[in-house]
Amino acid sequence: MIHISLKRLLFRVRSGLRAITSSCARSSENLFVHRDTPEDNPNIPFEFTAANKKRVEAILSIYPEGHKRGAMIPLLDLAQRQYGWLPISAMHKVAEILGLPNMRVYEVATFYTMFMRKPMGKYHIQVCTTTPCWLRGSDEIMATCKEQLCIGPGETTKDKMFTISEVECLGACVNAPMVAINDDFYEDLTAKDMQEILDDLKAGKIAAPGPRSGRFASEPKGKLTSLNEEPKGPGFGVQDGL
Amino acid sequence: MIRAPLVKALGALGSPTHQIASRAVRTSAIVAQTPAKAPDTIEVFVDDIPVQVLPGTTVLQAAAQIGVEIPRFCYHERLAVAGNCRMCLVEVEKSPKPVAACAMPVMKGWRIKTNSEMTRKAREGVMEFLLMNHPLDCPICDQGGECDLQDQAMAFGSDRSRFTDINYTGKRAVEDKDIGPLVKTIMTRCIHCTRCIRFASEIAGVDDLGTTGRGNDMQIGTYVEKLFLTELSGNVIDLCPVGALTNKPYSFVARPWEIRKVSSIDVLDAVGSNIVISTRTNEVLRILPRENEDVNEEWLADKSRFACDGLKRQRLVAPMVRMPNGELQAVEWESALIAVAKALQKANGQIAGVAGQLADVEAMVALKDLINRLEGETLVTEQDFIKGSGTDVRANYLLNSNIAGLEEADAVLLVGTNPRYEAPLVNTRLRKAYVHNELQIASIGPKIDLSYSHDNLGSDASLIKDVCSGSHAFSKVLEGAKKPAIIIGADILERSDGAAIHATIAEYCEKLKKPDWNPFNVLQNNAAQVGAYDVGYQPGLQRINQAQPKVLVLLNADAGKLTREQLPKDCFVVYIGSHGDNGASIADAVLPGAAYTEKQATYVNTEGRAQQTLPGVSPPGMAREDWKILRALSEVTGTPLGYDTLDELRTRLEDIAPHLTRLGKLEKASFNELSPKTATSKSISGGAIDVKQKELREYFMTDAISRASPTMAKCISAVNKQQRQDEAKQSVAI
Repeated sequence: MIHISLKRLLFRVRSGLRAITSSCARSSENLFVHRDTPEDNPNIPFEFTAANKKRVEAILSIYPEGHKRGAMIPLLDLAQRQYGWLPISAMHKVAEILGLPNMRVYEVATFYTMFMRKPMGKYHIQVCTTTPCWLRGSDEIMATCKEQLCIGPGETTKDKMFTISEVECLGACVNAPMVAINDDFYEDLTAKDMQEILDDLKAGKIAAPGPRSGRFASEPKGKLTSLNEEPKGPGFGVQDGL
Repeated sequence: MIRAPLVKALGALGSPTHQIASRAVRTSAIVAQTPAKAPDTIEVFVDDIPVQVLPGTTVLQAAAQIGVEIPRFCYHERLAVAGNCRMCLVEVEKSPKPVAACAMPVMKGWRIKTNSEMTRKAREGVMEFLLMNHPLDCPICDQGGECDLQDQAMAFGSDRSRFTDINYTGKRAVEDKDIGPLVKTIMTRCIHCTRCIRFASEIAGVDDLGTTGRGNDMQIGTYVEKLFLTELSGNVIDLCPVGALTNKPYSFVARPWEIRKVSSIDVLDAVGSNIVISTRTNEVLRILPRENEDVNEEWLADKSRFACDGLKRQRLVAPMVRMPNGELQAVEWESALIAVAKALQKANGQIAGVAGQLADVEAMVALKDLINRLEGETLVTEQDFIKGSGTDVRANYLLNSNIAGLEEADAVLLVGTNPRYEAPLVNTRLRKAYVHNELQIASIGPKIDLSYSHDNLGSDASLIKDVCSGSHAFSKVLEGAKKPAIIIGADILERSDGAAIHATIAEYCEKLKKPDWNPFNVLQNNAAQVGAYDVGYQPGLQRINQAQPKVLVLLNADAGKLTREQLPKDCFVVYIGSHGDNGASIADAVLPGAAYTEKQATYVNTEGRAQQTLPGVSPPGMAREDWKILRALSEVTGTPLGYDTLDELRTRLEDIAPHLTRLGKLEKASFNELSPKTATSKSISGGAIDVKQKELREYFMTDAISRASPTMAKCISAVNKQQRQDEAKQSVAI
């Protein structure tokens, strides 16, 4: 009897309280202020190449007069593609092209995580470690990368060839685990695949992107398990009255 | 985030949100501008009380109309709406979620509940999140006691905290920024309301502040190491709702409940900004702006705010008389007054008076009366003006379009003036018109940065003739404008062809004149100037040279324009003023006066508005109020002045210039009075027009008080340091 009433009391007390959160907020590994370094300071000149200057004009022409600042992200991306990463002088160049105060460009460049504000390797290996990839063995993929390149996530090899990042979902969960190397997705990976890809890159070859399991894309590995009957025609399932 | 320049770029094509944002900023202007047709109002209910509002009014403004205050951090009447603090969430009936009151325009028939269960819970939730990342350092925070976060946490927050630092990871911390000698930053306290960013971008026109990073890593700052150098930087301290941006010279000095507040007037420029002097133990601790829509809105320029530590240094605390060995020696009042009176009596009417830039109207009247009684005639101001009888007509030397009126101007020509540093709060009006009213601005003078884009027509004086004859391209703009204005700097009228410039522009303004709009403006840069002309002082020191006086009385005359060499050898110079500066150094007798924070005195601003200062502290040592010194002196000379109290003096003032006793009221110059006939010759001799304050460093020290201020000295060295750094960087780049 006492036991039951005690239990009830405990339940009441518990339901009246909300749990205390025990996780702590995590901060980014990036710095959100600029510090002058030999690689990155306003004195290093940045200029778009002739080909990219044409691209700049093409990008600017998309945006109507008075809305040219909309071109900021495409221009920053162009600068990053040209330089490999986004030095502060490139931000200043973009600000100059758009006629904006530098601060407005800094705001955008620091907001988006895909703008790299520190020197990067030639190949940026982004290993997805979000749940689906993790369940399918992203830990092994990451371990392979670390072993092969002798660097950890967020670091760059001494020869400036590779940078590893640990990233959240890149939207290829059907082909988990996956990594993105620069603009290409390598999917359905095993540790062996990862090693091959890295060996190729070290040898100066670029492995063919896509799934490594023999799949063409995200179709089922064997035969179709659903949607295998004839598709229904138009008007299927609509009420008779309509 | 929406910013005014962007809104401007979008213009009428902007999306509804942008229009709302710009509308919120200029509500006051719109209300004033659209009296003609009564717009349809819509009815909404705030806590079941019906309110009639204009379409586009936000929930927050509708609630404010019936006096219901909704808590807010990021919203500010004079800045664009950001809507990022979420503190103003309120429940609207039939809306599934609480709405942000500052950004949401009301719809017809909305029932807004500012005190419902949902509203309270939303506020508590927002407050809890804010406090989770806000340090508990109120006991060592300078904002303590006047902190919006403190007040609103008490009023709208929960009564308990669920924040438990169970992993001992600490709260979020952000490194402090060095943005200059005036504003101290403790960025961990920042709640990211972005008011400072919006102020810098919209009002000050210096886009140096911004947000970098995102989420938990977001921070306010300059990204690169850079000082926030503008003449309006102090206002971000007032805007900051927490203790992230505080007053650096005032840090750890006092608590708001310990200080006494006195409403007064600033005299360090000719705008006449309304201020609150905070004092404790007979010491001026800081100066804050006081709201006055017609003058300074709620801003204050940095010199006016931070030069107050100059009131404690270089002060004259005892009367002094120059001894035969050439040294000034402190003496008792009695012997000083006797020494001066003897000189005055011996002078046989060859007496002259000079009023400097900080002289108040009462003292100037007393000086004028005293010298007139002793049969002296020469009474001049240190600042020169056009030759001839220019000061007889009041419209000749006033900012006739008014400070607030300039907001409505749509074409402005600046002639030989840099309003950004001569009158920063006039410049904010021009910038406001530029941002919201499509104001077109051109300047004749050196190339300067006005914080908004403008056409520099050139610096040659002959351009004035071109514009005023209608042959220049900008003449078309002025003539086509609904409210054109030409602003002349007071300094260029000191030129030998100043009268011709004045007359040419005045004549042209006759043509530009509209029934309720006077386009002719002179921007004075001394607080004393308009008052001096109003009570009958003549401009220009050359009259002193002509008069060759035996006794010269300097009333706060510290500009250093008058040297001993210009005066006769036997001339006895008396200095009455507060600071040991240029005036006191050439004086034979020094009578210590009171500074503007120590006396009740009238000053007239550049648009002709008489306002009075009130004493926050008593004058230091043996110093006395200036008019009292003159009254006492008149007793010793045997020609006593007919007033013993300030009221009696003001009665006398009313006889001379009745408008000067109608304090706070703008006394416009009568409209048709503007006379171009003042000039004897109308030939503008040409030559480059210059302004004295071209760069920020020239702004900080312009008078005896700011020259004595260590904070102003720090500002100048900060500007110099920043410039050296920039130059070093550029030279490396080259």
